[in-house]
Amino acid sequence: MLTDEVGQDAYKAPNPGISAENPRRTGGNLVQLISPEGERISHPEFDLWVSDVTDEQLCSLYEDMTVIRRIDAEATALQRQGELALWPPLLGQEASQIGSGRALRDDDFVFPSYRDNGVAYCRGVEATDLVRAWRGNASSGWDPYRHNIATQQIIIGSQSLHATGYAMGIQHDGADSVAVAYFGDGATSEGDVNEAMVFAASFQVPVVFICQNNHWAISEPVRIQSHIQIADRASGFGIPSMRVDGNDVLAVLAVTRIALDRARKGGGPTFIEAVTYRMGPHTTADDPTRYRDANELEDWAAKDPIARLQTLLRNKGLLTEEVEAKTQAKADEVARELRAGVINMPDPAPLDLFNHVYSTPNSWIERQKDHYSRYLESFSGSTQEGAL
Amino acid sequence: MSKLTFARAINAGLRKALENDPKVVLMGEDIGSLGGVFRVTDGLQKDFGKHRVVDTPLAESAIIGTAVGLAYRGYRPVCEIQFDGFIYPAFDQIVSQVAKMHYRTQGRVKMPITIRVPFGGGIGSPEHHSESPEAYFTHTSGLRVISVSNPQDAYTMIQQAIASDDPVLYFEPKRRYHDKGEVDETADLLTALPMEKARVVTTGSDVTLVTYGPLVKTAGDAAMAAADEGISVEVIDLRSLAPIDFPVVEASVRKTGRLVITHEAAQSGGLGAEIAASITERCFNYLESAPVRITGFDIPYPYSKLEMHHLPDLDRILDGVDRALGRGNSLSGLEG
Repeated sequence: MLTDEVGQDAYKAPNPGISAENPRRTGGNLVQLISPEGERISHPEFDLWVSDVTDEQLCSLYEDMTVIRRIDAEATALQRQGELALWPPLLGQEASQIGSGRALRDDDFVFPSYRDNGVAYCRGVEATDLVRAWRGNASSGWDPYRHNIATQQIIIGSQSLHATGYAMGIQHDGADSVAVAYFGDGATSEGDVNEAMVFAASFQVPVVFICQNNHWAISEPVRIQSHIQIADRASGFGIPSMRVDGNDVLAVLAVTRIALDRARKGGGPTFIEAVTYRMGPHTTADDPTRYRDANELEDWAAKDPIARLQTLLRNKGLLTEEVEAKTQAKADEVARELRAGVINMPDPAPLDLFNHVYSTPNSWIERQKDHYSRYLESFSGSTQEGAL
Repeated sequence: MSKLTFARAINAGLRKALENDPKVVLMGEDIGSLGGVFRVTDGLQKDFGKHRVVDTPLAESAIIGTAVGLAYRGYRPVCEIQFDGFIYPAFDQIVSQVAKMHYRTQGRVKMPITIRVPFGGGIGSPEHHSESPEAYFTHTSGLRVISVSNPQDAYTMIQQAIASDDPVLYFEPKRRYHDKGEVDETADLLTALPMEKARVVTTGSDVTLVTYGPLVKTAGDAAMAAADEGISVEVIDLRSLAPIDFPVVEASVRKTGRLVITHEAAQSGGLGAEIAASITERCFNYLESAPVRITGFDIPYPYSKLEMHHLPDLDRILDGVDRALGRGNSLSGLEG
C-alpha cells in the first residue's frame, strides 16, 4: 500500500519518546530542534549534543548556508550562461549538508555524491574546484587526500561501498576516525547501498550513511522508491537509524555528532535519514514543473532551512546588521571568485587526454599518444585557429 | 625448486605477498576457513588472521566496492571472485570505479587492487562456472588483465599483480589448478619476466600460434603434434591480455608469415579479433595468409556434455594451422 507517510505528510513534529541512546525506533518521528517558524525546540536528549554551540557558531552556520546557497545560485547562472555544461543544484538542502559537514573531524573521510557541494565546502574545497568537472576541464576538481573527501560520485550509491571499505581500513588501522557516505533517497533502491549496509553491519565498521531524502530521484518521487520510511530500512540490516528534519541545521548537527561518536567508540555504523527537499531541478537539464506539483514546492518553501535559522537568529538578537552585512559580503566574495575562476579557467592541453590512465606506462596508450601527438604536430605551421 | 600444483603455487605467492606487505588484504567468499572453493587460499586465514584474510558476505559488487575504499586508505586488496560467471554483479565497480579512479583523480588516488578470477571451462560445471569474460575487461582502459598458464608464472605473476599500483585482473585457468610444475620460490620479482611481457613457449618457423591461460598447454601439445607432420609452430603465451605485448607477436609473425590465435572465449569481439587486426595493421606485408581464429563459438557456454565441442582442442587448433598454411582443412573449398 502506498502511504502518504513517506511523502510530504511524513514531515511531522518531533516525538519526545525517541532518544539519542536508543535511536533505532524512529517511526514517523523526526528529530527537530528548530521549528519551521524559527523557534528553538528543546529536547532533553538531543540538546546535549549541541549545547556547546555558541551564538557565534550559530551565526557561522548561517554564514555557511548562505554562502553555499550563493555558490549554488552562481553555478546555476553560469550554466545558464553557457559557462558550465551542467550543474546539480542543492537549493533547499543547505542545512542537511552544512549541519552534517560541520560535525565532521578533519581526519574523517567523506564519500559524496555529485550534489554534496555544501559538504565539500565544509571540507575546504574551493568554489572554483567545485565546478571544474561541470565545466568539462577535469573529471574531478580536487585532491581527495588534501581535503579528506573523495571525488564526487555520479554512479548512484556506488560511494556507499567505498565508504564502507574505507571504514574497514580505519578499523584495521585501529584509528578512531569515521568514513561518511552521502547519497540521496533514490540511491537506497540501488544494490550497492544495500550491499554496503550488509558489509557495514557484518564487520561493524565506523561508517555513517547520510541519506538526504530530498523526495525526488529526478522525476521519481520517493513514494515509488520505498513503501516504508527510508530510515526504517536500516533496521533490517541491524543498523541503528535516525530520522532528522533535514532543514534544521542544529538537529542535523546533533544526530551526525551522535552517529560519529558511536562510530569512534567502536559502536559500528549508523544510518541517518535527513528529510529535506530539493527545491530546484535534479540538474540544470531537467524541468521539475513537468513532474511535480507547484503546491508541493510552496509547502516546502515554508520550511526553508535558511529562513528558519534567520528567524531564530533574529529572535535571539543575533542577526545584527553587522552579521548580515558580513555574511552577504562573504557570499558576494565567494561568488565573485567562482565566476572569475570559471571564466579564467584554462582549457586542458590535448595530450592531457592520455595522462593518468595508469600509474605505470602502458604500451597501448603510449603508442596512441605518440600517434596522436604526431597528428597534432602535422598542423604546426598552419594558420588555422585552434592548431597547435 | 619445488614441484607444486598450480593452485599451491598461487597460494605460495599470496602467502609471500601477505608476509612482505602488511597492507595486503585478501577478501572474498569462503576464502577463510574453507580456503576457497578451489583451496587456493588454504591455510592463509589461519596464519594471517581474519583481518588479513577476510571472509566476506556473498556480494560481489561489495567485495570490489569495499576494496576501492580500502585502496583509498592505502591498502592493497586482493579480491577473489569465486567463479568467472559471478563477476558480472561486480562489473560496474570494476569498470566504473576501479578502472577509472586513477584517471578521475588525476593520479592522486591509486587502485592497487588485484581481482582473482578462476575462469574457463573443461571441468564439467553447470552454468556460470566456465566462462571466459576477459574481453569485457581488456576493453576497459585503466585495467591490466593477465592470465597465467603454468605454476611458475602463477607464483610470480600473482605477486607482480599485487605489487602493481594499477588494478589487475588475474585470470586463473581453473582446469589447470591441479597441474604440477617446478616452481622456484626464491625467484626474484625484479628479475623475473615482467607480467606485461609475452613469452615464446616453443620456437618455430612456419606458423605463429598465439594463446594464453588454459590453452597454452593445448597449444604446446598441438605444436608437438604438428612437428610430427613436419610443421614448425611457434607458440606464444601472451600472459598479459591488456596490454598485449604486440612486439613479441609481431616479431614472430614477421618470421613465420602466418598467424593462428586460439582462445576459449567466444569469437565475436574477442581478443582474437584484436590480435588479428593489430597484427595485420602492423605487419600486413609479412603475412602470407589471413590470420585464423580458433575460438569458442558465439553461444552461451554450453552444458557440460557438449563443452568438448565448444572448447578448442588439439585437433581444432591443428585444423586452424592447416588453414593458415593453405593445406587441406575442414573448410577447404569454401570461399571467403
